[in-house]
Amino acid sequence: MSSTLTVPQAQAALDAWTREMIAWHFSPATGCDYWLSWAKQAGWDPLKEISCFADLMRFDHFDDEVLRKEQPERFVPKAYANRPYNIFETGGTTGMPKQRVGWDDYKVDYEEFSDHYGPDFFPKGTNWLMVGPTGPRRLRLAIEHLANHRGGSCYFVDLDPRWVKRLIAMGEGAMARKYQEHVIDQAATIIRHRNIQCIFTTPRLLENLAERMSLVQAGLKAVFAGGTTMTPQYVRFVVEEVLEGKINFAPTYGNTLMGLAISRKLKPEDKYSLTYYAPQPRATLRIVDPDRPDELMRYGEYGRVELTTMTREFFVPRFLERDEAIRRPPCDEFPWDGVGDVRPFQSLTKTIIEGVY
Amino acid sequence: MNEPIHLPVLRFGRPYESLDRLRFNVDDQAIEVSLANSGLIRRDLKRIPEAMRRLQAIPSAKLADAMEQAADLFLTGNLPWGLGERLQSPEDYVAALSQLTGMPLSLGRLNMGKVHAAMANIRAVVGGLTRGMSFDLFDKGFIRQDGLDVNFFPQTDSLGVLLPSNSPGVNSLWLPALVMKIPVVLKPGREDPITPYRLVQAMIAAGFPAEAFGFYPTSHDGGDALLFGTGRAIAFGSDATVRKYAPFRHIQVHGSGRSKVLLGDDFADDWRKHLGVIVQSIASNGGRSCINASAVLISRHGAELADALARELAAIVPRARTDPQAVLCGFANPAVARGINDRIEELLQTPGAEDVTARYRQGPRMIEAHGQTFLQPTLIACSDPTHPLANTEYMFPFASVLQVPQAEMIGTIGESLVVSAITHDRAWTIDLMTSTNIERLNIGPYPTNRVQWEQPHEGNLFEFLYRRRALQGDLVAAG
Repeated sequence: MSSTLTVPQAQAALDAWTREMIAWHFSPATGCDYWLSWAKQAGWDPLKEISCFADLMRFDHFDDEVLRKEQPERFVPKAYANRPYNIFETGGTTGMPKQRVGWDDYKVDYEEFSDHYGPDFFPKGTNWLMVGPTGPRRLRLAIEHLANHRGGSCYFVDLDPRWVKRLIAMGEGAMARKYQEHVIDQAATIIRHRNIQCIFTTPRLLENLAERMSLVQAGLKAVFAGGTTMTPQYVRFVVEEVLEGKINFAPTYGNTLMGLAISRKLKPEDKYSLTYYAPQPRATLRIVDPDRPDELMRYGEYGRVELTTMTREFFVPRFLERDEAIRRPPCDEFPWDGVGDVRPFQSLTKTIIEGVY
Repeated sequence: MNEPIHLPVLRFGRPYESLDRLRFNVDDQAIEVSLANSGLIRRDLKRIPEAMRRLQAIPSAKLADAMEQAADLFLTGNLPWGLGERLQSPEDYVAALSQLTGMPLSLGRLNMGKVHAAMANIRAVVGGLTRGMSFDLFDKGFIRQDGLDVNFFPQTDSLGVLLPSNSPGVNSLWLPALVMKIPVVLKPGREDPITPYRLVQAMIAAGFPAEAFGFYPTSHDGGDALLFGTGRAIAFGSDATVRKYAPFRHIQVHGSGRSKVLLGDDFADDWRKHLGVIVQSIASNGGRSCINASAVLISRHGAELADALARELAAIVPRARTDPQAVLCGFANPAVARGINDRIEELLQTPGAEDVTARYRQGPRMIEAHGQTFLQPTLIACSDPTHPLANTEYMFPFASVLQVPQAEMIGTIGESLVVSAITHDRAWTIDLMTSTNIERLNIGPYPTNRVQWEQPHEGNLFEFLYRRRALQGDLVAAG
């Protein structure tokens, strides 16, 4: 779906949204305890000094450790004080989890995602299956909301990524494989006995599932995937072989802090290289120089992913993700910068456990 | 620069050009290698039963004929370089191998000869593994031997192999599987994808069905998919590789060889006569093989032996890859050489070890020469058998000399791939033959790299792939 905005219009909308969100989060009537307290000792006043997105560079990089240390209620905006909230935890973190509060953001994100793909990509009125991390994660509610929003219901098979990480770290690769088989067993059973046409899962679980059965013959029409690195070869493999060239494929990049970045539709010239676009203006992704993170990389170059999330529920300025990606230009679908071929930060120089999920 | 040569993934008869690639340059020729993702390998492994059927349909003796023909093609033929029409001559192969692995051309040719010999002698090799059973065994499932019906059945429908890059000769280990009608699934070493590729091309050209071969350059993850998706598998690697795969009975892990030369009491005073054998054991093939000796044990004259060996080894100097006299291999990845050198220096700080070669060597151990990074031969005299350098192995001519009473040698050596025991002591020979630590035993003044085709190398591949079962009754139906 093409955007109705031009690149300058999208930039203007982002600047206006930035002013609105700064006013919201740093006004005593609406802001949360954490940011209001921060502002008192910051030595500068965001309300006075932030008038556009570029001004956000005044903020230091958000340290997500505070999401582990601080009580979640410190992040509840005054405007939401009387509404019970959801607590969402980040995916594979071990130890004390990182948590964020939320109310409607996930619904907004996933409705927008739904609208982007129109009525046919994920056939409306059909049932979904989610195979992946459920538990205290935003994703679990989000996928169910997506299914409901499109007129269907959602079945769930849980995978605990923290346990997988622990197994791998302990050198228990065989047990990790058994756990994965256990998850796939459950998913295959649901697919065989219930009418499922759409699925959300991680790429690795998707390929494992397709090793058990032809997903085409099982009646699947569309797959929504996210969670781990997908190289162009991997995407090609999924499209051509796992999905047999017959099932719609929506790869996404997202997390608990950002929400959901949609990938632009693949064209032959992309050679299966994915580019994701943040749900701007609610969240913005920049590709910055890892050594000088104030500076953007040039188009076509790898750099570290920097996330800024600005909704009425949550404010995260300039968080340096543990990922790197290629900076890609705006496109017809999304008139702002995209991030291409995302992979773990410095994955070429260190060992990363991405897990079996 | 010419168009890149592209080595595809071979998916049991179907070449596949991946978007993930490794790229090497050999002079002005770029070589790209397609990399398979692990899921692709797992999906392909489902096609193995068909690969097995294709091999089963060909009489084993005919496969042996084809292997003999493939031997000549491998050694002298012009074979597909990769995708496209380009052909690879033996000279192209040796030049590329040398550039990719740092191995001198002379050693490349030598290894080519070794692999050729393993293929040309396939009947002797398989006969040695089966202890002379007829090839009918692989066609009918049983043979009659000494009046008894003997039935062996395959324990697997495929052999997965994680190959190393240290020496092409190692490829000779998986070749017999094809004649025993077991398809192979290969993960080539990162720096030497071209040897297994050339071997597969030679075998296909000689009549083996292309469906019998999987060739998957891939990551560690892909390697695991291959090892855990095949019924029997062989993995080569470090001690860490051994630790990782040792719990799995279907995987045979080949780690460090820690091969040794032992001089018995009866030969200790004659050590000078056997210097040549010991130097060959340490330095042949650039010291890259697991069958190279990494320790020499003697009950007396240890210091003199160490000094003489050091003098001989120090005379082996880096030469250009094109020099016919070259013995040492450069390191394709200089960081590996640096890591090894730093480790040796660190361990030399532990009292009880001396780098004796330092007395005679020209320059430091690690040097840049002829456009490559070399580690020069290193001989360590250890006064303590438990010293961390006393029983270790590196990928260049490296060995320790230990003075140990003969009666304590077997208890000292630990697990050793090859032991050459220079002795005529009957009682000690029996002790050596009953030792559980020795995989391959040479009795007499033979270098550790000695090959006898009728003997198994490291485990018996036939017994790994096939299992005997009791067979009784009326065999009329079986013919």
